[in-house]
Amino acid sequence: MYQYDTHDQAMVDARVAEFTDQVTRRLDGTLSEEQFRPLRLKNGLYLQLHAYMLRVAVPYGTLNSRQMRVLGNIADTYDRGYGHFTTRQNIQYNWIKLSDTPAILADLAAVGMHAIQTSGNCIRNTTADHFAGAAADEVADPRPYAELLRQWSTFHPEFDYLPRKFKVAIIGSETDRAAMKLHDIGIQVVKNAAGEEGLRIHVGGGMGRTPMIAPVIREWLSPLQMVSYLEACLRVYNRYGRRDNKYKARIKILVHEIGADEYRRQVEDEFAHILTLGLEPPAAELDRIKAQFADPAFDPAAPDAIDRSDPDFALWVDQNVHAHKAPGYGIVTISLKPVGGIPGDASADQIRLMADLARDYSFDELRVTHAQNIVLPHVRKADLYAVWQQLDAAGLATPNLDLIGDIIACPGLDYCSLANARSIPLAQKISQRFADVERQRDLGELKLKISGCINACGHHHAGHIGVLGVDRKGVENYQLLFGGSEGADTSIGSIIGPGFSEDGIVDAIERATGVYLARREAGERFLDTWRRIGNAPFKDAIYG
Amino acid sequence: MAETLIRLRDDAASTAPVVAFADLSEAGNTAAVRLSPGDDARALLPLLDQLTLIEVEFPAYTDGRGYSAASILREYGYTGELRAVGDVLVDQISHYRRVGFDAFAPNQPITREAVDKAIATWPEVYQRTVDGRAPIWAARHG
Repeated sequence: MYQYDTHDQAMVDARVAEFTDQVTRRLDGTLSEEQFRPLRLKNGLYLQLHAYMLRVAVPYGTLNSRQMRVLGNIADTYDRGYGHFTTRQNIQYNWIKLSDTPAILADLAAVGMHAIQTSGNCIRNTTADHFAGAAADEVADPRPYAELLRQWSTFHPEFDYLPRKFKVAIIGSETDRAAMKLHDIGIQVVKNAAGEEGLRIHVGGGMGRTPMIAPVIREWLSPLQMVSYLEACLRVYNRYGRRDNKYKARIKILVHEIGADEYRRQVEDEFAHILTLGLEPPAAELDRIKAQFADPAFDPAAPDAIDRSDPDFALWVDQNVHAHKAPGYGIVTISLKPVGGIPGDASADQIRLMADLARDYSFDELRVTHAQNIVLPHVRKADLYAVWQQLDAAGLATPNLDLIGDIIACPGLDYCSLANARSIPLAQKISQRFADVERQRDLGELKLKISGCINACGHHHAGHIGVLGVDRKGVENYQLLFGGSEGADTSIGSIIGPGFSEDGIVDAIERATGVYLARREAGERFLDTWRRIGNAPFKDAIYG
Repeated sequence: MAETLIRLRDDAASTAPVVAFADLSEAGNTAAVRLSPGDDARALLPLLDQLTLIEVEFPAYTDGRGYSAASILREYGYTGELRAVGDVLVDQISHYRRVGFDAFAPNQPITREAVDKAIATWPEVYQRTVDGRAPIWAARHG
């Protein structure tokens, strides 16, 4: 994976120095909270309901074991012994003291990490397929492009005060594991008949108040023009994106209002101009980055057989281990969704254990997924049992990946100052209702996503089953959506009817799964059955 | 000492009356113009040779359209004074400088020392912009 050189390190160190000065001025009263607010927000520091929350960037979700260990140590030293992995492949700490933030950032900088641009109306941390460089179905590795984007977007002077925040996701296989089309810009690395890499560019997707699927704006772009093209995409948005209404300020509204064809035309005009300026890093820079993402030294003799004699282990292998491109290896996903747990939370000890396992069994690499789990991307099949035993002993071997218990949930009203309703207790209740893993497996792939407000951090629009918490006359109320997907078959879910109380929605979800079990045809997921038979049978069962 | 106009240029400041962009067509042969956030900087391109001062207005520091306006003007060869006017704060100065501003007229006065310190915030830069600084990728590959 990518290693900082002295240039990258100098930039992060400069940020720590700058922010330390700003915190000092805030603490001694030179800066008021009002003056300090935009500065701390450039550094991922939010003032939430109970305390400061610090969001740390994990570029394209990739970490080494030293970085992961520091994340665990920060949870112990400065927080309450745990951290929360987010739907943007980052980690948040919910109980931070302002006076500790310079020390935290210094600890992070020592392992090449930071909180730069994890908030604010700027280009946020680029996300990517969490199986990049490992998946058997990969066409091309998206990480070198993600790293090039990280550098280009870091402290970009023209795009730090956009109409609204800006999120880029990048994938390199047909299977979309990054909800790519639901981002402001979604990039798919593809190959042509000659085997050359190119980029397909989608612009104008998003969730939030007005969910939209990003149309293709460029079918094929040379990788050596990516920075120039994105510069053009962003410039058109910065100049013409709406600034009169916060809720209409994302690029999806601009693309929707002027149309994809007109947006494309404006971008092409700007692109032609920008190409004359020489902004593009040379091929040698992309090559330098690509070399750092070369495959680790896989053992060509690694045995392919797995001893499945322990049934609990075999269950976990079937559910949580994916096909790897190298024979004899598997991709392990560690579920952070134990029965009744808080989705995405991990204790300091668990974080350090995962770091150790990455060091010992996965070529020192980990990934954070947008579904709030952790991946060990390169594990020898012969080592899977040893890894599983250590995970199991730490409460990290729940075999529920992509099942109904693998719930995505935002922090909700327990932490977030924007929320209308609590997400975590609801996730816990659903998880407990469907605790039996055999029952979960019978229901098959079923992506359940919960947001505590319309901003959709819990991706409820993209859930096979989505839940949106709202405030109805001072009472928490939950709306139920069906039919969303964030995969290659991306679709936006729709609300099926009147909302529910917290207990009522758990019952409604259970009744919906009953309809699925009764009506499914061979090989159908919940989503497929819903798409085939439509809303009516579900409504009848739920409201009937 | 805090000042209301800070110039990073050696030439004398323009004394020409500043004409609002909207009034340009009636103003004739003007040398100084003020752009509001919604104005199209490209409409000034035919006039770049005659202009010695372009003010770019920031009614609120959060409205970043002026950064693109400034970049465009410099990219097309404007060499006169480019002045950021309005809600111009010290914490945005380094970015202003990178997109080509060389003068600042902040609502709340800023000291020259604070401006110089802000411009020195970043030891290196990742992007090539109109300020001419060599990006990190150029340092890596010569």
